[in-house]
Amino acid sequence: MIPTIPQPRAARIAYGAYVALFFVYLALPLTVVGVFAFNNGQFPSLPWEGFTWNWFFGDERPMIGVFHERSILRAMGTSVFVAFCVALLSVAVGLSNAFLFNRYQFRGKSLLYVVMLLPLVIPGIVLGISILVFSSTVANAAWDAAKVDIQALRPGLPLVILGQFSFIATIATLVISARLQKFDRSLEEAALNLGAGKLTAVRTITIPFLAPALIGAMVVAFLMSFENFNTTLMLVGSDAPLTIAMFDRLKEGSTPLLNAVSLLLMLGSSLLALVMILFQRRR
Amino acid sequence: MKAEAKLGFVLLLTPLLLWLVLLIFIPHIDMFLVSLRERVGVGKYETSLANYLTFFREPLYLWTFLRTAVMSTVATAITLLIAFPVSYYIAKIAKGRMQSALFLLCLIPFYVSELVRTFGWMILLRETGLVSNLLQWSGLVDQPVEMLYNDAAIMVGLVYTSMLFMVVPLVTTLESLDDSVIEAGYDLGGNAFSVMREIVIPHAAPGIVSGCIVVFMLSLGNYLTPTMLGGKDSLWFTQLIYSQFIVRFNWELGAAFGFMLLFLSSVIVWGMLRLTGQTLEKTMG
Amino acid sequence: MTPDLECVDLIRRFGETTAVDNVSFEVPAGSFFSILGPSGCGKTTIMRMIAGFLDPTSGDIRIKGKSMAGVAPNKRPVNMVFQHLALFPMMNIADNIGYGLRRKGMARAEIARKVDEALERIGLPGIGKRKVDELSGGQKQRVAIARCMVMEPDVLLLDEPLGALDLKLREHMKIELKALQAAFDTTFVYITHDQSEALVMSDQIAVMNKGVFEQVGTARELYYRPESAFVAGFVGDSNRWRGRIERIEGGEMEMRTESGLSMRGALHGRQLSAGDTADIFVRPEAIRVARSETELASFDNRISGTVSSLLFNGAASRVLVQGGDGGEQIEVTLPQSGEYATLSKGDPVHIGWSGEQGNCFPAGAA
Repeated sequence: MIPTIPQPRAARIAYGAYVALFFVYLALPLTVVGVFAFNNGQFPSLPWEGFTWNWFFGDERPMIGVFHERSILRAMGTSVFVAFCVALLSVAVGLSNAFLFNRYQFRGKSLLYVVMLLPLVIPGIVLGISILVFSSTVANAAWDAAKVDIQALRPGLPLVILGQFSFIATIATLVISARLQKFDRSLEEAALNLGAGKLTAVRTITIPFLAPALIGAMVVAFLMSFENFNTTLMLVGSDAPLTIAMFDRLKEGSTPLLNAVSLLLMLGSSLLALVMILFQRRR
Repeated sequence: MKAEAKLGFVLLLTPLLLWLVLLIFIPHIDMFLVSLRERVGVGKYETSLANYLTFFREPLYLWTFLRTAVMSTVATAITLLIAFPVSYYIAKIAKGRMQSALFLLCLIPFYVSELVRTFGWMILLRETGLVSNLLQWSGLVDQPVEMLYNDAAIMVGLVYTSMLFMVVPLVTTLESLDDSVIEAGYDLGGNAFSVMREIVIPHAAPGIVSGCIVVFMLSLGNYLTPTMLGGKDSLWFTQLIYSQFIVRFNWELGAAFGFMLLFLSSVIVWGMLRLTGQTLEKTMG
Repeated sequence: MTPDLECVDLIRRFGETTAVDNVSFEVPAGSFFSILGPSGCGKTTIMRMIAGFLDPTSGDIRIKGKSMAGVAPNKRPVNMVFQHLALFPMMNIADNIGYGLRRKGMARAEIARKVDEALERIGLPGIGKRKVDELSGGQKQRVAIARCMVMEPDVLLLDEPLGALDLKLREHMKIELKALQAAFDTTFVYITHDQSEALVMSDQIAVMNKGVFEQVGTARELYYRPESAFVAGFVGDSNRWRGRIERIEGGEMEMRTESGLSMRGALHGRQLSAGDTADIFVRPEAIRVARSETELASFDNRISGTVSSLLFNGAASRVLVQGGDGGEQIEVTLPQSGEYATLSKGDPVHIGWSGEQGNCFPAGAA
């Protein structure tokens, strides 16, 4: 149960084995994806045809590597752009929300807080279609009224960004609020006492204190946006982000090219996660 | 409030309201209104419950709906059963560096896209996949076995993909249980079973509820995993929504489906909260 | 009669360090036994071994004569009041108290009756339906004890349970704990680093330091006749001086401190000889203050000096006296009967004490 309660040896070993097995289960699919990125054949499956870097660097058919595959590179760029916008927007709104809920008492505050949490319990696909429906209602109304076609309201990147932002903002708010709650307000008062103005106090004392949470929220928002599928699927136009592009390819059958992309994704996000952890530990 | 404070308040409130009203509230109301429209001619609509009637009259729709709900429930239960012992191990048995290392190991797979995770299972489970080859090699079967495109494969994928959202809240709540409370349970004559039932599980209840809510929600709203591991005809409700919106371009019916999905998930979330006496703020916030 | 609790040659090592080093003691039935020591002295280790959360490296623990080796914590006839009480926050008060009885498989009605009885006994009838966090610190304390006492344990272990309370409540709980122990007539083993808790409540106290028992005795014995320099320094306050023994005569000795103060003391049978370096401990309350030297004629140590500092602390007020011929400052308890109310800094005073009152130990022992 806990180490101080004596347990039979067999039970402890069995428990340890179960946990070990769990981690094997966690690692298995990812390992397999990674390993087959180096398969010198047309399929990411057995038989193993030997080792190759071609799925990364190859530049002639049938083995065009990631770095020479235009459509994949473009999708990656789209994803980075979308993720960056979503992260920026979410952290900005999240910071504002955190201050609102932490610093002000007002009627309906707890109700508003619950409403703010709702996007987390709305299925992503429903978020996607509701925004799709609403935006085209507005676009159609604009067309009927003034014969202007607002491109931004048709499926495409602006809608994808808004759709992802609509629930990632909640997560950013929660991450930043958690840290703001730990802030000792007397530090701000001390700054005021030493002659700082109200905004200066927040800028020089509170924001630096929140920095780890801001970075953390930024990274989490970036990763969540990057790997989002459900909401994006409903709002995407002609510029497909990476997950959608990969999904379309996967439907047609897979080559180790997709493994190579996946491996790069894994490395990229692990690196990002690692940077975040190191940054937060340093604080 | 002083004028300055009032200005600050309004400035902070505006983005929140813009976000919630423009991206959450009005879109859902609009979607509801669209779901109440019936197309009677080209560009002509009437308000009616026709779309919902279609949903209830067509056995395939209703069946898919119920099947998705039941499968999601089962996936949630399995995830909880698998995750609880592991979370307990991380929170209460592992100590120091080992503890943080294990916790981190749990997180890493989920920094990677769901697509990649599902792709991994496809490589493992398909006819030419590793598991099939392993079974042939070990002599258990004498020809390739297709393990994709069935409900078990969907289940494996859903459980795998949701694991993190169960492990994290469980580890967090279990960690907050003081060791001495468990010791007190033993000291007063409890055994592993009774301490688990009367002390550990009641303490972990908020974590269990929040984990279950999130996992259930994610399973219910999942499109990728059922489609890739279960095949195109895996009868997942999100596929119906997708096909009405994107393939058939029947937004009215799609909106009605979307609303049914939202309704189902809200009812289950609300029910779970009520059943365990938790609130949304406590479990999510 | 077999003692309720008996520890024989108990040793516990953690890697290289020996937390408990060959400790043996007995606790007679119905008594209040305290283990007093600074944090890290090994007292918690002993308690956790008795409760069964740690196995001794060697040695044996016997309860009512029965060895506890290999007996799981949930099968031992001892119960423990944890440092932070460890009340179950997920249950109400009645369920907390009834927890152990449910484990025994007792009938519901019987449990309810026993719980009510226990609540009655701790003076909190009718709070069974309340939640743990609705109680005050003192009430939680009593509930934690009741939760153990319904189990009718042979020995009740208490792990610094008063540590988290504020001062006033702690004073009150000391008296109440002693009363509860008498009411339940159970053997209590109490560990603490707070000497006043141990002195007030215990029948027997073991002073523990660095894994060993320095001395086991009643409160008075520890206070007046410490057997080691550690005990003399740890229990109560003392003036402590180091010096050389100049002369030994029968049971008496004379020493000169490093700063030149000469004083007499009693040997109390300790192994000391002329020329040894030694530490002498004299309690502030053993020293008399007087306005004139004649009042101190009966004491064999007398010093004239001036008040260098007044430390007012109500009943525990003291003065620091600087001897006329230099040397250390001497801390002296100030009688509160009124005649020294006007004493102030710089006033001349005379102090004196009987050599009998001092305790002298070979230097370097602690």
